[in-house]
Formats: sequence, structure tokens, C-alpha cells
Amino acid sequence: MATSGDPRKTDESIRLGHGSGGALMHELIETVIVDALANPVLEAMEDAAELPTVGGHRLEGGRLAVTTDSYVVQPLFFPGGDIGTLAVSGTVNDLAMKGARPVCLTLGLVAEEGLALDALRRVLASIATTARDAGVAVVAGDTKVVERGGIGGLVLNTAGIGVIPDGVRSSCDRVQDGDAVIVSGTLGDHETAILVAREGLKLEQEIASDCAPLGGLVAAALEACPETHLLRDPTRGGLATVLCEVADGAGVGITIDEASLPVRPEVRSVCEILGFDPVYMANEGKAVLFVPGDAADDVLEALRAHPLGREAALVGRVGGRPGVAVRTVVGGLRPLVMLEAAQLPRIC
Amino acid sequence: MTAGPLDPEAFRSERAARAIVERIRGLATAPAALMEVCGTHTVAISRFGLRSLLPERLRLLSGPGCPVCVTPVGEIDRAIAIARLPDTIVATFGDMMRVPGSESSLERERARGADVRIVYSPLDALEIAAEEPGREIVFLGVGFETTSPTVAATIARADREGLRNVSVLPFFKRIPPALRKLAAVPDRSLDGFICPGHVSVVLGSDAYRSIARDDGLPCVVTGFEPLDILWGIFLLLRQANDVRAGGRAKVEIQYRRAVTREGNPAALAMLDDVFEICDAEWRGIGEIPESGYAIAEPYRNLDAGPRFDVELPPPADDGPCICGEIMLGEKLPDDCPSFGTACTPRSPLGPCMVSSEGSCAAFYRYERGRRDRR
Repeated sequence: MATSGDPRKTDESIRLGHGSGGALMHELIETVIVDALANPVLEAMEDAAELPTVGGHRLEGGRLAVTTDSYVVQPLFFPGGDIGTLAVSGTVNDLAMKGARPVCLTLGLVAEEGLALDALRRVLASIATTARDAGVAVVAGDTKVVERGGIGGLVLNTAGIGVIPDGVRSSCDRVQDGDAVIVSGTLGDHETAILVAREGLKLEQEIASDCAPLGGLVAAALEACPETHLLRDPTRGGLATVLCEVADGAGVGITIDEASLPVRPEVRSVCEILGFDPVYMANEGKAVLFVPGDAADDVLEALRAHPLGREAALVGRVGGRPGVAVRTVVGGLRPLVMLEAAQLPRIC
Repeated sequence: MTAGPLDPEAFRSERAARAIVERIRGLATAPAALMEVCGTHTVAISRFGLRSLLPERLRLLSGPGCPVCVTPVGEIDRAIAIARLPDTIVATFGDMMRVPGSESSLERERARGADVRIVYSPLDALEIAAEEPGREIVFLGVGFETTSPTVAATIARADREGLRNVSVLPFFKRIPPALRKLAAVPDRSLDGFICPGHVSVVLGSDAYRSIARDDGLPCVVTGFEPLDILWGIFLLLRQANDVRAGGRAKVEIQYRRAVTREGNPAALAMLDDVFEICDAEWRGIGEIPESGYAIAEPYRNLDAGPRFDVELPPPADDGPCICGEIMLGEKLPDDCPSFGTACTPRSPLGPCMVSSEGSCAAFYRYERGRRDRR
């Protein structure tokens, strides 16, 4: 096989796979982006940056958390939300995963010539509602317009700022043997909903994105267990990617019990037909929690008492040989690895 | 939730799986090798960790069941050459995007500006053709008998509607001739075929009668849930033991809820109307007589092969890739010295590592380190 197998040839241009959340994207980030910008805060590669001091000043009672995100979802409007709901939820959730109380957001808009003003109004209404629900304010913004062609109508960028209270530390290096792995609800809802909407698949039952801000849910979990070791939201690349990142980052083994993974039947059906695995599908309203083993019951109770955590489940444990393994529904054992790029629908 | 006959959870019960595995262990008293020829089986076996449940002396081999994997380099090169033409759109199932040709891949061509679109259904190609009257749409007809009837129907519709700007590259392959070729390998150590579930929905289980009768190999048409596969394996071992004791091989249907002996007459009629059987080359294996479909009259004008005159690069050889031996069941992916080292999904040496239903990709994803885990 000529070119593809030659390890000396590097990718000469960006491919769609570079944005998929899989190993290709990780490589781009590590070898091209972080490599150019290196600093200790960035290199921690958590969902938000933690700044113990700001220009030499310490905050009272906590540390500053900062995150940024861009939103390029297509279609702009989908069952369960729109690009606006996503922008606020996604950014708030990155802060929440560091245990931060979200405070405010910035909002950059890049609109494409020809975008209906009504569409923009709808998106802004969603942003306003979601921000209100999440208890944050949009405090700064920017607006640009580009010529027709190529950005799908609207692209949003945000920065989020929050405060991590003293005593809370959500960090990959805290994950250790004996930890329980908990997910706050059903897997794969968002990406499956987007896929169905984008491909115009006609189903009997509508699949909605789970897009939602998780500040309140996370606060409930942290109240039940302030020693929570790590929170992550399984967005692009799904639960599987989070598990692989954590196993790799913390140098631990994680075993997942496939039968205990919560998945909506309609999501499972669509994934089966297309040949996708829900464990790799993005969620936008779920959290993965790594908590001390003996705190699992308390955390589950707290999550299930919250409207966004009713289907929370214990799905695995940390321990054993480094890497991620799955105990399959029929009792087999096999590894779980990061995908190279996006899943592709199968042929037959 | 009560388990009904169509409740998928019923086909994944761990207790039932244990019971079937016990019976398999009871039958697997001698080494045996069973081969599947369907990418979905390849993935299901690995994904559910079935090899970790079964005795080591029972080998599950993966045959040429991935239609993408058996598409010869020359056909990929032709698709790429057509993609490079101006005002041309190539519509393809997703898996074909990453398969390496001699010099490039469809994915790379798209990154360089070619209009290559992933579709879920061949009918999408007709929609694109209607939306883009000034451009040529070429659909890559890759697949086995699960897929070829739908493409045949698409070709028939394109003809009825008089669409002039759409055509198909007929890269289809037929499973039964491949099974006969595998059965005829001298000194083969094969004890039975796990026959493909959905191909058989179209063909009917009688399509495999000659393999049981003339080649003496047990055939069981099997579904895709873990219990389906385990039960299919049980039925094959039962037959294999019977054959060893002097009995006769037969074709059985495990996948009774979907497969009949006669198959789907409408699909078979469609294949008969639009295609004619021809010899075809399978990557890594070579030519198998009567194993392909060419587009027949009066639909021949929809064949993209003669419609586009393109220059092809000299076909690259496979180098260290042993996909051919793997697809013939002579080796398993982790027997290959390049597996996981020089050959990974990121830098694949061959198609079996690229396609999500390829044996090497399935092993890389689900079975790495299995020998250490035993």
C-alpha cells in the first residue's frame, strides 16, 4: 500500500477527522497546538483551566476557572435545542466539570451573509433562557459577518468564567484504584439526535438532544461527596473517549460493565441500524464522575434526586491493569480504545 | 419489561449465553475452525468478547466478509480518478472514504477539493443528481447481496426517470462463489461456515446447499446478536461432530426470524433484471469466477466504467500486508507481524485495518492483548 502506510508522510492538510474527538484530533492538539503554546495550565488539558492566582492575586475562597469553546453544529435547530442552547450548556458544563460555580460568559457570533434574522433571534432567545437557567450572564460579546458560503449560517464562540470553591478539586491525577465510575444519565442522546436531524431519518419516536447546563446537578453531587476526584463531560468522542483519556492521564485501569450503561431504547436502535456504538457518541447534558468507592451510593442518590440525573448509574470501577476494559453483556471481556476519527455508518 | 420474541435484550442474556457456552464446551472435544464471511459477524464476535468465552481449541476465523476490504486497488483508483474530474460528484458509503488506493484515498481527495459525499442509501445519489443537473454523479456500488438489490432498484429507477447525469461503478461481489473457493482450498482445516445473516435474507439458505452437499462443509445461517452467534456455533459443532462420525453436512437456519430457504423473490428478481453475473477480482485473493455483478442491458448506459475515460496509476502492490491470508482464514490479524505496530488504523498497510468491518480493524479495536489476558 503506497502512501497511507508510509510513516514518514505527515498529513499535509486538515481532515474532517481532526475534529472528531478521536485519536487524530488528540494528536493534532498535542503535537501542533499545545506544542506551539505550551504552558503548565494548558498542558493539564482538563475541561477548564484552573488559575490559583490571577496576576499574582488570589481570589478569596476559591480559584478562577476559565474555558473556551466554539460551536459549529449543523443543523442549527434540532429536537431538544439549538446552537444557542448548546453554546451556553457546553461552556457552563466545562466549568462545572472543574467543580466551578459558573459566573459569566462571553459570546462571539460569526454570522453568514443570508442568515435569516428570525433564526438569529431564536438562537439568542435560547441563549437567554439557558443562561438564566444556569444562573450566568453574558457579559461581553462580538459580532462578525462573513460572505455567503461555508459556515452553515452561524458559528458561536464563548469563553466561560467560574469560581472553584476551596476544598473542591476535580483533576485527573486524583483518580485512583477503587474509585467508582458513575454516569449521570443516558448515553449518546445528543449526537444521535443530531445525526437523525441531519440525515433526515424519519423515525416513529423523536430523539431529542440532552443539551442542558449541569451546574445544579454537579453542585448536588459535590454536596454529597466534596472529595469527588474528577468530573468530565462526555462530549465529542463520548464516554469511551473520556475513559481512555482518564486511564491514560492517571495511569490507571478502568473496567466498565456494559450491561449497566444506560442507553435509551430508541438511541440504541438507531445506533444499531447505522453501526454506531453509543459509548462513542457525544452527550451535552451528562457528566462522568470518578468518586471514592464508598461514596458511590450517596452520589447516585443525590444525582437521581435531581431532574437531570434521574437515570444516573454506576457503570464501572477503577483498578487492574492500565487501560480500559469492558465486561460485555454476555460476560466476555474486551478492551475499549479511543477511535481514530469519527465513526462512519456501515454499509451492510 | 417482559421479554417478548422481538425483545433485543432477550438475545443478550448473560445467563442464556453461559448455558450455550457450556454446551459448546461439551461439543468442542477436538480442535475445530469455523469461519464467518460477514463484516457484521466479525465485529459482533469481537465486540461481545465471544472468543474470551470459548475454548481456545475452537478457532473463529474471519473470511472475506467486508466488501470494502475485497475491493481491488484498481477499483479504488478508478473511483479516485473519477472524483478528480471537474463537475463530478462521487457518492459513496462511508467506509470507502479511507481505503488506500495506489496513491491516495477518497478522503484525501475530498480534503484536496474533490466533491465526495457520504450517503446512507443509493437513492441519495439520485436526489443529488436531481439537485445538480449540471454535474455528473457517480455512485460507488460496493457491497454483497444485502446491498446489491437496493442498488439494482436504484439503477432501475434512474432508468425509468430518465436521469442522464447519474451512473454506478458496479464493484459488487457475490458471497456463494467465495464460499466455494474457500471450501476448495487444499488441506483446508475448516469445519463449517457461519453463514451471513442478511445476505441470506436476500439469497435464501438454499444458496449454500452445494457447499454442504458437494464440499461437505456444515453451514448455519446465523443472526447478529451474541446469543444468535453462540447458538449458531453450537449448531455447527454439532454438525461437525456428526460429519466426523460419518454423517452428512447440511444447511441449517439459526436466524429463523429473518431468513427462509427461498430468500426474497423481489430482491432476486431485481438482481436478475439489472445485473448479469461476471468474474470478479477480490483484493488479496485474486479472481473468483462468477463472483461479481456487471450492469446488464438495457441499463448498461448507467455503468460509470465506460462512461468516464480515466487514466489509472500503476496499481500498488500490497507490500507487507497479509490481508489476503487473513481473509482466506489462514491467519488471524494478530498473527501478522505488522499488526498494531507498522499497521494501525491511523497508518494502515491494508484495507482490513481501514474498514470498520475489516478483521484487522475489529481485532485492533476489540481484541488487542487477548493472548495476554487468557
